[in-house]
Amino acid sequence: MSETLALDTIAPTTIEAVQQAVLNAPRIAIRGGGSKTALHTAQGAATLLDLRQLSGLLEYEPGEYTFTALAGTPLSEVEAALAAHNQYLPFDPPFVQQGATLGGTVAAGLSGSGRYRFGGVRDFLIGVRFVDGQGRLVRGGGKVVKNAAGFDLPKLLVGSLGGLGVLVEVSFKVFPEPPHYRSLTAHYSELSAALAAMQRLAESRFDLYALDLAVEATTGAQPSYLLSARLGGLPNVLGQRIDQLRKVVGSGDLLAGDAEAATWQTTRDFSWLPAAVTLVKVALAPQKISALESALSPYGLPRRYAVGGNLAWLAWSGPLGPLDALLTQQGLAGLTVLGQAKQPLLGDRTGHAFIARIKQALDPAGRFCDL
Amino acid sequence: MTNSTLLDDLTQRFGAKRVLQQPAQLRPYVSDALTAFRSDPAAVVLAESQQEVIETVRLCHRYGVPFVARGSGTSLSGGSLPIQDGVVIALNRLNRILRLDPLARIAVVEPGVVNLEVSKAAAPHGLYYAPDPSSQLICTIGGNVAFNSGGAHCLKYGMTANHVLGIKAVLPDGEVVHLGSESLEGIGPDLAGFFVGSEGLFGVALEITLRLLPKPESYRTVLASYASLQRAGDAVGMVVESGLLPGAMEIMDNLAIQAAEAAVNAGYPNAAALLIVELEGEAIQVEAEFAHLLQVIEESNADEVRVAQDDADRARIWKGRKSAFSAVGRLSPDYIVQDGVVPRSHLGKALAKIEALSKQYDLRVANVFHAGDGNLHPLILYNGREQGALERAEALAGEILHMCIDLGGSITGEHGVGVEKRAYMSDMFTEIDLAVMNEIRRQIDPLELANRGKMLPSDQAPALTLHGPHPLEAAGIISRE
Repeated sequence: MSETLALDTIAPTTIEAVQQAVLNAPRIAIRGGGSKTALHTAQGAATLLDLRQLSGLLEYEPGEYTFTALAGTPLSEVEAALAAHNQYLPFDPPFVQQGATLGGTVAAGLSGSGRYRFGGVRDFLIGVRFVDGQGRLVRGGGKVVKNAAGFDLPKLLVGSLGGLGVLVEVSFKVFPEPPHYRSLTAHYSELSAALAAMQRLAESRFDLYALDLAVEATTGAQPSYLLSARLGGLPNVLGQRIDQLRKVVGSGDLLAGDAEAATWQTTRDFSWLPAAVTLVKVALAPQKISALESALSPYGLPRRYAVGGNLAWLAWSGPLGPLDALLTQQGLAGLTVLGQAKQPLLGDRTGHAFIARIKQALDPAGRFCDL
Repeated sequence: MTNSTLLDDLTQRFGAKRVLQQPAQLRPYVSDALTAFRSDPAAVVLAESQQEVIETVRLCHRYGVPFVARGSGTSLSGGSLPIQDGVVIALNRLNRILRLDPLARIAVVEPGVVNLEVSKAAAPHGLYYAPDPSSQLICTIGGNVAFNSGGAHCLKYGMTANHVLGIKAVLPDGEVVHLGSESLEGIGPDLAGFFVGSEGLFGVALEITLRLLPKPESYRTVLASYASLQRAGDAVGMVVESGLLPGAMEIMDNLAIQAAEAAVNAGYPNAAALLIVELEGEAIQVEAEFAHLLQVIEESNADEVRVAQDDADRARIWKGRKSAFSAVGRLSPDYIVQDGVVPRSHLGKALAKIEALSKQYDLRVANVFHAGDGNLHPLILYNGREQGALERAEALAGEILHMCIDLGGSITGEHGVGVEKRAYMSDMFTEIDLAVMNEIRRQIDPLELANRGKMLPSDQAPALTLHGPHPLEAAGIISRE
């Protein structure tokens, strides 16, 4: 982005250098892999902290289900290390192929469709070290999977967008990855039928790894809906489980092997997005989809409902003002992830007063972006 | 002394029957499940609505009087211990499940709702509330939220924070905030997650939106006995390496086994160590995993392997496990329980060290623990009538906590810091870490009124005294785990 290119860029290789950079800059923006283009806008900052040099896996004990890495470590590197031990990041972070880092994923608070099974980035981040607005190196949480000591600073930093501190080190819990996956997809021409099927699956006793609804929309035409449900587990019983799942859905096409993996890869790397759109994440609940669909229908934008309807990805075109208003009207909050945004936070947000107090403690001089 | 005008205002607002001030009325509130500590509040307000809690907090703030919110008082770390001459806000009457939406799979509850009541209310819809602290028959959601309570199923499903989506809270100066939402996903900092586990220092949760999960279709529970704790610990490592993800993995040592056997006749074999592993999920998948699990257990040098044949069998196995603590308590007039965490691969080392410390201090230590997540529960037995025994037990407990820190773990997995482990916070965190936590706390509560004296180290520590078991514990209603 032209705005970020104009900044004075610092690429620290040590945590001490991050502390120094924070102390030297009256206003500072932070970037990792740069995969979420809307989230390192300057907001008046003259200095850009590029954390890609602060990279590397520090500790990984497969038997502990935990690892610790520097914040600038690319997700691809982490995923490869975990995969060698048949483990994975169960929150299914997006933009791995685009160079997303651990720190950027935490700061953006992004999880993917696979978070349906075990939880999101907030549920797997167990420890952080970060540099606050006074240049202090602060630790929160720990390196063990269970820990109740002290304020849960790791959770506070999930979604903090670089507004409370610079993440320099993160510790995560991980899980064994299921050895095999299969998926079922079903097409619907009516939203109500698609939502009803999604509801049946959500209520069922299937341990689904993902449950997504893609809206296939073109301007002027009636949209259609594609429901996708993913199961993981031992190969010898997966076929039987998928057959049972199909009975719950009513019908559906089986996806297996490379085609199955490719489908979810498309979801993960957002290759379904048209060029030059603004990608907006919306936190919602399944019962709010109908109203949101009615409000969005005039715009004909490509969109997907992920995580059983708890998360929407909207491919918006044009100025964000109307979307901000629309989300506010629906009582929903959104975050601009890709594209240009002066202020990435959209819609109806809660907890301002609480954030303001925390911001005052961690960043009294206002070096970091506003929240 | 508490400002007498505050007490007058409270009495005028709520009536004398709901503002307890007589010593006899206050007695049940002077301690919680950490009975070694007690202090006398000036008054206990029996709040009946969210508005009354807000008004009480605002009055306390106006007069600068510290307060503690309290549910059932089952904290094992002294988290709900009253502040001397402060106000206790009793929340048990705020026990309404305001909304249970089976389609959205959420329950919106008041803080005084008992943990197990949520699962009971959700059961007709095939849903349940996952966090299951052993005190779930009596502990409240408000307390669970304040202390980020755990249970036996944390490895797979996480602790309370992982099941709280939204919180409406009154901050210590009376401002009401809404944190989080009804969505599993969030936008902006995870404030609801941050509020959970703040040990009452951020104010009082008034309304909590909980995530409900579909009840597993099927369970498979295996009990294996071993000639040593080390072997049981190794077996846990083998299960983990096999790629299975059990819902629970628990280990009990011989002292705990004997006590549980005597108490509830769970049918446990008499062994040096017992391992319980439970798989849950879709029936077909569980059966396939179970065959895999049995293979692993077979290779783990188990002396005896038993498989729960039906629900009653499974319930018996868990009854023994869940009652182990109070049962061990019967072997001794007094005990202290810690809940430090070590990395799972260091379990063997940690247990050997605890055994050595037990000999060194000449105090018996029983061990029952959540092996899957390395969460120890050493139970240190002592006789409070014996001169210096409590101090010895405390010193032994302290050595165990230091060991947990040295091994890269934590001083608490699920009980919280409370008053009990404040002194150890500075061993786990740096001065800067603690200064930052203090600064956040003071931005939220400049007068330090909310649960003053908990979690963060300070120089005002209540005196440690011996008072025997909590009345509820003596009655067998609560246990220290």
